[in-house]
Amino acid sequence: MAMLEFQDVEVFYGKVQALRGISLNVDEGEIVALLGNNGAGKTTTLSTASALVRLHSGSVRFAGKDISKAHPWNVVDAGLIHVPEGRRIFSTLSVLENLQLGGYLVKDRATVAKRIERVYELLPLLAERRTQQGGTLSGGEQQMLAIGRGLVAGPKMLMLDEPSMGLAPLIVAQVMRVISEIRDQGTAVLLVEQNARAALKVTDRAYVIDNGATTIEGRASDLLTDSRIVDAYLGNG
Amino acid sequence: MQLIWDGLFVGSFYALIALGYSMVYGIIKLLNFAHGDLYMLGAFIGFAVLSSLGGIPASLSIGALLVVLLLSMLLTGTAGVLIERFAYRPLRGAPRLAVLITAVGVSFSLEYGISAIAGPNPRSFPIRLEGEVFNLIGARVSLPQIVLMIIAGLLMIGLNGYIQNTSTGRAMRSIALDRNASLLMGINVNAVITRTFFIGSALAGAAGVMAGAYYGKIDFLMGFIIGLKAFTAAVIGGIGNIKGAMLGGLVLGFVEAFGAQWFGGQWRDVFAFAVLILFLTLRPTGILGERVTERV
Ligand SMILES: Nc1ncnc2c1ncn2[C@@H]1O[C@H](COP(=O)(O)OP(=O)(O)O)[C@@H](O)[C@H]1O
Ligand SMILES: [Mg+2]
Repeated sequence: MAMLEFQDVEVFYGKVQALRGISLNVDEGEIVALLGNNGAGKTTTLSTASALVRLHSGSVRFAGKDISKAHPWNVVDAGLIHVPEGRRIFSTLSVLENLQLGGYLVKDRATVAKRIERVYELLPLLAERRTQQGGTLSGGEQQMLAIGRGLVAGPKMLMLDEPSMGLAPLIVAQVMRVISEIRDQGTAVLLVEQNARAALKVTDRAYVIDNGATTIEGRASDLLTDSRIVDAYLGNG
Repeated sequence: MQLIWDGLFVGSFYALIALGYSMVYGIIKLLNFAHGDLYMLGAFIGFAVLSSLGGIPASLSIGALLVVLLLSMLLTGTAGVLIERFAYRPLRGAPRLAVLITAVGVSFSLEYGISAIAGPNPRSFPIRLEGEVFNLIGARVSLPQIVLMIIAGLLMIGLNGYIQNTSTGRAMRSIALDRNASLLMGINVNAVITRTFFIGSALAGAAGVMAGAYYGKIDFLMGFIIGLKAFTAAVIGGIGNIKGAMLGGLVLGFVEAFGAQWFGGQWRDVFAFAVLILFLTLRPTGILGERVTERV
């Protein structure tokens, strides 16, 4: 069953059209990559799902409900969590407080505490730094914190925007491993990446966005050898 | 000793008002020029509440004052919420100057609205806190001063606990840092902003009632200078910073007390504003500003 579904979504920033027809779907328990060059519209696609930007036409459905007109907090409450580009850690708040904010809408405090403990198990380096200010963490640690913060919400689905951005290859591999683990625990994932090679290795399927529209869709293993992808996004690396 | 006490006393008023200034600035980057007028409004609401209750025996004055204080805080807080909802929220995302001009407009509306209702002349507050002056380690101190300072202190401690330890308090701090990221946490940003205005305005209202009860006179322009002083205090401490606002209020109280002593009382305000200009030019982030050590 489709968890997240975009149908012909168009979005404008003022007079500038950023999305010109995005259609995609992510099924329950699936991990899907969203590839595309800088400025193609990947971030805008995620922001539309999380209701940070309004759509002009088309529709977005999540877990069977139309969320085209929802507020961001309704989307979070429904279980769709967006881990934004650039991590956006609350820099002067402690690691623990950042995680607690991830559980802002969870009524039961004990549940939040339990989920934070689970995040500490998955990402032990956060446990060691729990009282430290978020802004003092390294880039890789901030990315782990951003993901952990998303997990505390108890997501049905995570949308990750360029988690590998600016990280050393070794750290990228760690982040990708964590993402696979999250999927293995049953959470659907939509992974936005410019690092197409790394993304295709951990995903089931992928979409390519070009100039605000979804153009190519396919199984990750096929796309890794698809000449259109190899030439445009995989380089000769 | 006397100077320290005077500074502490006046400073705690400044701190109470600076808190609201700073909270609102922190969360929506709005210099709420009408904030001082909420202090004035609080005083007049306290006045109205007291008058409608009729005569209160002087012996009950402190207990009665507490009830009036709470009521006035509630009403002033509500006024602040309405101002945000109808004057500022429609302008969110508008140019900063437009919002600033609106804030000045709100300030004038409050001043002349109250002037139209209550008259332009000073009114004497129905309760005048009086008490014996006694000597405390070298300073002349009165009971009302002590009571008011305790109330101010409790309000500030309560607020600090609220901001540090509750989920809403955390949300206030996160919105101040990154509004969109806060939305992605599921925070209903508008609801938290409403609450911030309520608390900030209620604290200003509390200060207004206490000032009315202490000085015995209120008028529709009483919020103007104190609004500027609170702004100064907020800047001294680092605007947007809650602990900074408290510290800034006390520092300003001391600066004024000592400045007035050494150079004469007529220089008091000059001193305050000299400090403001000094900070704005030399250290615009205030004493507690820029504590963040960020690594990318
Ligand atoms: N806040 C904004 N205001 C105006 N234009 C924007 C804004 N955000 C993005 N855009 C434009 O929308 C297009 C898509 O941007 P984005 O979704 O960030 O792409 P990507 O994430 O794929 O790099 C780009 O042309 C970009 O310049
Ligand atoms: Mg992007």
